[in-house]
Amino acid sequence: MSTAHELDLDLPLATDLLVSFLREEVRSAGMERAVVGLSGGIDSALSLALCARAFGPENTLAVLMPYRTSNPDSEAHAILTADRYGVERRLIDISRMVDGYIEPNAVEDGTRRGNVMARARMTILYDLSVEWRGLVVGTSNKTEMLLGYSTQWGDAAHAINPLGDLYKHQVVQLSAHLGVPREVLEKPPSADLVEGQTDEGDLGFTYDLADRILYRLVDRRYTRADLVAEGFDETVVSSIVQRVVRNQYKRRPPVIAKLGYRTINQDFRYLRDWMS
Amino acid sequence: MNSDLRYRLCQTNPALGAVHANLDDHLTRIAAARADEVDLLVLPELSLTGYFLKDQVPEVALELGAPELERIAEATREGTAVVAGFVERARDGRCYNAVGWFENGRLVHVHRKVQLVHYGMFDEGRDFAAGEHYDVVRSARADVGLLTCEDAWHTDGAFLHMLDGADLIVVPSASPARGVLASEEGGLASVAAWDRLLATHAMTTTCYVLYANRTGWEDGIGFSGYSAVYGPDGTRLARIESIEEGCLDGVLSARDLSAQRTMTPLLRDSKPWLLQRELERRFGASDLESYLDGNWDEDWSDDPDIDVDPELDAIDDENEE
Repeated sequence: MSTAHELDLDLPLATDLLVSFLREEVRSAGMERAVVGLSGGIDSALSLALCARAFGPENTLAVLMPYRTSNPDSEAHAILTADRYGVERRLIDISRMVDGYIEPNAVEDGTRRGNVMARARMTILYDLSVEWRGLVVGTSNKTEMLLGYSTQWGDAAHAINPLGDLYKHQVVQLSAHLGVPREVLEKPPSADLVEGQTDEGDLGFTYDLADRILYRLVDRRYTRADLVAEGFDETVVSSIVQRVVRNQYKRRPPVIAKLGYRTINQDFRYLRDWMS
Repeated sequence: MNSDLRYRLCQTNPALGAVHANLDDHLTRIAAARADEVDLLVLPELSLTGYFLKDQVPEVALELGAPELERIAEATREGTAVVAGFVERARDGRCYNAVGWFENGRLVHVHRKVQLVHYGMFDEGRDFAAGEHYDVVRSARADVGLLTCEDAWHTDGAFLHMLDGADLIVVPSASPARGVLASEEGGLASVAAWDRLLATHAMTTTCYVLYANRTGWEDGIGFSGYSAVYGPDGTRLARIESIEEGCLDGVLSARDLSAQRTMTPLLRDSKPWLLQRELERRFGASDLESYLDGNWDEDWSDDPDIDVDPELDAIDDENEE
C-alpha cells in the first residue's frame, strides 16, 4: 500500500473493533465459537482471520465447499488460508447435493445454478453450526451488499457479519494487515461459478470505482449531481445507483403485511441483543 | 468547590434491559468506591438499562421512589456520591432519559436529558420525552452541572451551568464508535470529536469536565469508551485509552480551579443579560411563548424583523409535502 487512498483504514483500530464486536455478539448469542465458509477468496479469508483472532484457532471452523466445476485454485487457496491461521478445516464437496437437484430438474441457467450452490453451502454451514456449536459468521463486504452482488439466503445468510461496513478496498487493506496469503490477496476477485469469471467482469466497473462512488453516495450523502460534477461517469453512477436501489430487498427482512397494532419489524421494536 | 474532590469514572457495559443485573453491578462498584474513599463515582448514560432500548423503554422505566433507585441511594448513605443513568417514568406517564445524583442516602437531583438525539442511528425522540431544565446540583462537595451526552453538543446547557456557578460539569454518555479511516491524529473520529468538544466546554466555562462513556456492543453498534477528565483550562488531565471496560481515578484540585478563574475570569465577564436581550430581540416575549408551544417556525418566519434564509423556507416546504 504505497500511496494513500481516501478509504484507507486505521488498521489496528479497525482490527480491535471487529475483534471486540465478534467476541461480544457471539457471546450475546450464547456461544463462543465461529463457523466460516471459506471459498479461497479474500472476503472469507478476512472473516476467518478475524475469527481466529477473536476466538482462537481452536474455536474457529473453516468449511471448504467446492463444486465439481470450481477452479481447483480456489480449494488450494482456501487450504493455504485455513493453515495460515491454524484453524480446523472441513472439506465438503457439494457436487452430489447440488446435482441431485439441478440434473433431474434440468437447471441450465447459470444464475440459477449459482444460487443453488450458494444456498447448498448455506445449508451446510447452518447444519455445522449446530454440530460445532458456533455461530455462522458472514463474509459479505459493504460494496457487494450495496450492489446486491450476492445470493439472498445463500452467501448473504449469516448470523453476524464483521465485514458489512467495509468497502472492498478496506477488505484488501485489512486482509494484508492480518496476513492473508499473497496468492489470495493478489488474484482477481471471482464468484467462481463459471470458468474465467471475475466480479469486475460481471459488474462492468472496477471495485475501486464502485467503492469511491458508493462511499460518496452512502457515507457522505452526496447527490448524483455532486458525483457527476466531481467528474464521475454519469452512466456508471446511474448503473450503481440502480443496483443499490434494485437490491434493497436483499438487505431487509421479509415484508410483513400489517394488520394489527403491533407488527414485527414495524412497531414491535427490540434489538436482537434483547436481554442477552 | 472548597476542597479537592476524588473522582472515579467507570466505563461500563450495561446489559440491555437487565435492570437487576446492572443494579447489582452498580452496588458492587459503589461499595468499592466507598472503600477507596472516592467522593464521586460517575457511571454512563442509561447505566441501569443499556442504551438502544426502543420498545423496552416503558418496560424498564422506574418511578422516583422505586426500590431499585432507593437501593442506589441507600448505598450512598456514607461517603461516595453517585451519578447513574436510568429511565424515569413520571407520574403523568412520560418516560425520560434520566441521570440521577445520589448522595447521603437520597436521590438528590434528576437531570432529564434535554437534547434527545434523533438523527442517523438515533431515535430518542420517539422513545423519550425531553427534559426542559438545566439545574446545578448543590452538593456538599461541589456545585455540579449534569449534561447527558447530546446535551453537550449544544452550547446552552454548559453555558447555563457556568452561569449557575458549576465547579464541574459531569457528562454521562453512550456514544457509539464511528469513523475508522486513517488520520493523522489516529483513533476513532467520534472520540476525537468528543475530545475537542469537551475540552472546549471546559475551557469556555472554566469548569472541570468529567466524561463517562460506556463500552460494549448492542446489535453491531459499539460504544466508544475513552472516558476522560478535563481541567478548567481545557487541558485533558486523564483518559481511559480504550474502548473496553475500565475505571479512571483522580483528584480535582480546588486550588487549580480557583487559580484558573483568577487568570481567565470568563464567568465574571460573561454577559447573560446581553444574551437575554438578543434573544428577546429575535423572538420577543410573545414569540417566546409560541416557541415554547412548539410552533415557532411559522411565527419566526413571519416576523419582518428577522432575516430568514429563503433556502431554509424552501426545505420546510418540501418537508411538508
